[in-house]
Amino acid sequence: MLRNTSESPGVLFPRDLDWHPPAYSPGYKSSVARSPRLPLMSIQPTTADLTGPRFGHSELGPLDNDLLLNFCQPGGSPIGERIIVHGRVLDETGRGVAGVLVEMWQANAGGRYRHRNDTYLAPIDPNFGGCGRTITDDQGHYVFRTIRPGPYPWENGPNAWRPSHIHFSLFGHAFAQRLITQMYFEGDPLIPHCPIVATIPDKAAVERLIAPLDLNHSIPHDLLAYRFDIVLRGSRSTIFENRLEGN
Amino acid sequence: MAQKLDYLKETPSQTAGPYVHIGLVPRQAGFEIYDNNFGNVIPGKGERIRIRGRVIDGTGAPLNDVLVETWQADASGSFTNPEFRGWARAGSDFETGEWVIETVRPGAAPNRDGATLAPQILFWIVARGINIGLNTRMYFPEDAAANAADPVFRKVPPHRRETLLAQPGDRVDGVQEYRFDIHLQGARETVFFDV
Ligand SMILES: [Fe+3]
Repeated sequence: MLRNTSESPGVLFPRDLDWHPPAYSPGYKSSVARSPRLPLMSIQPTTADLTGPRFGHSELGPLDNDLLLNFCQPGGSPIGERIIVHGRVLDETGRGVAGVLVEMWQANAGGRYRHRNDTYLAPIDPNFGGCGRTITDDQGHYVFRTIRPGPYPWENGPNAWRPSHIHFSLFGHAFAQRLITQMYFEGDPLIPHCPIVATIPDKAAVERLIAPLDLNHSIPHDLLAYRFDIVLRGSRSTIFENRLEGN
Repeated sequence: MAQKLDYLKETPSQTAGPYVHIGLVPRQAGFEIYDNNFGNVIPGKGERIRIRGRVIDGTGAPLNDVLVETWQADASGSFTNPEFRGWARAGSDFETGEWVIETVRPGAAPNRDGATLAPQILFWIVARGINIGLNTRMYFPEDAAANAADPVFRKVPPHRRETLLAQPGDRVDGVQEYRFDIHLQGARETVFFDV
């Protein structure tokens, strides 16, 4: 079923662009020709910005959040460390956000993506697709089962490697809340060497992308758990905003 | 000491990278995994239109790994019609960099402040090299009067407004086509918004 949001989430808090990576980050070479050079134009969000599509559980398949099974051959299983990645989607006021479409994608245990443009010599895993999606519950919780992705080399420099990471895409209730980010793993020695991580100027902001090991949610003899909470832009109510013309 | 504000900070953005298709349009990455794929066609009542475009970098090259998403009102200007989802997602062609969205022509819509929003389609653009998704919007050149009254369009400096206007193309099988090329840099840099 197709649905749009029935209510606006209110007016979003302004985005703190000093907290996010700047568009032009020359240490990450791809950003040089792909970054706008003129300042963003600040606008008051309109109804168009404050609404968005809503996603229903019926649109997803039962295995969409289970990367151990969602691309598996009968009787097979992906190679790698079996993990749970779970957490909550909150807004800046600390409320859990229900009904968020969470999509994720990642390399396999060897660091290879199932993508026609990825030619890294690590093998494709016949039992691993590398993407999943889910919708947060009424408290904002989400969970995936997957394998820990491997690091992989890339072309930013003669010896550039990405730390193990999972890409996350979040769809809150307003189009202006749309967010893509990456999750890293606690203790990964490649994190401080990564030019994409380094596009984020504030160390405290980088830490927000590093998921700690969560032994309490690990399943003995089966899966280690990592916890990754994600915060979307918060909003304030609009009840004091109906100013009369001329005020 | 004053009381402490306990707001959280938004999770910082990171680039979608070159393999965004795996997660968001897996068929384009080259494999079938979901029964229900989100796509570039918005069904619904109203006049059908087709929008083609490219996202062009500072060297003049089209991005052949970009993903665009769009959001719009229905033909009557509603953003909350339960029968209509005004959202589409398209990956660009790996060779040409062209993406295509098929949808209905959006109507003018009431804004929350009582003003009227001209018919428009919001765009959100992510790719390798783009550290935080870029927001822009497309207006229709036929709607000059409505655009002039639109609370966003009218604040754009006049010499840059053209970057937000679709270019009408042919009618193909009864469907009006438009071109909307987005320039990341240069003399024709598209206006991007901090919303
Ligand atoms: Fe990656």
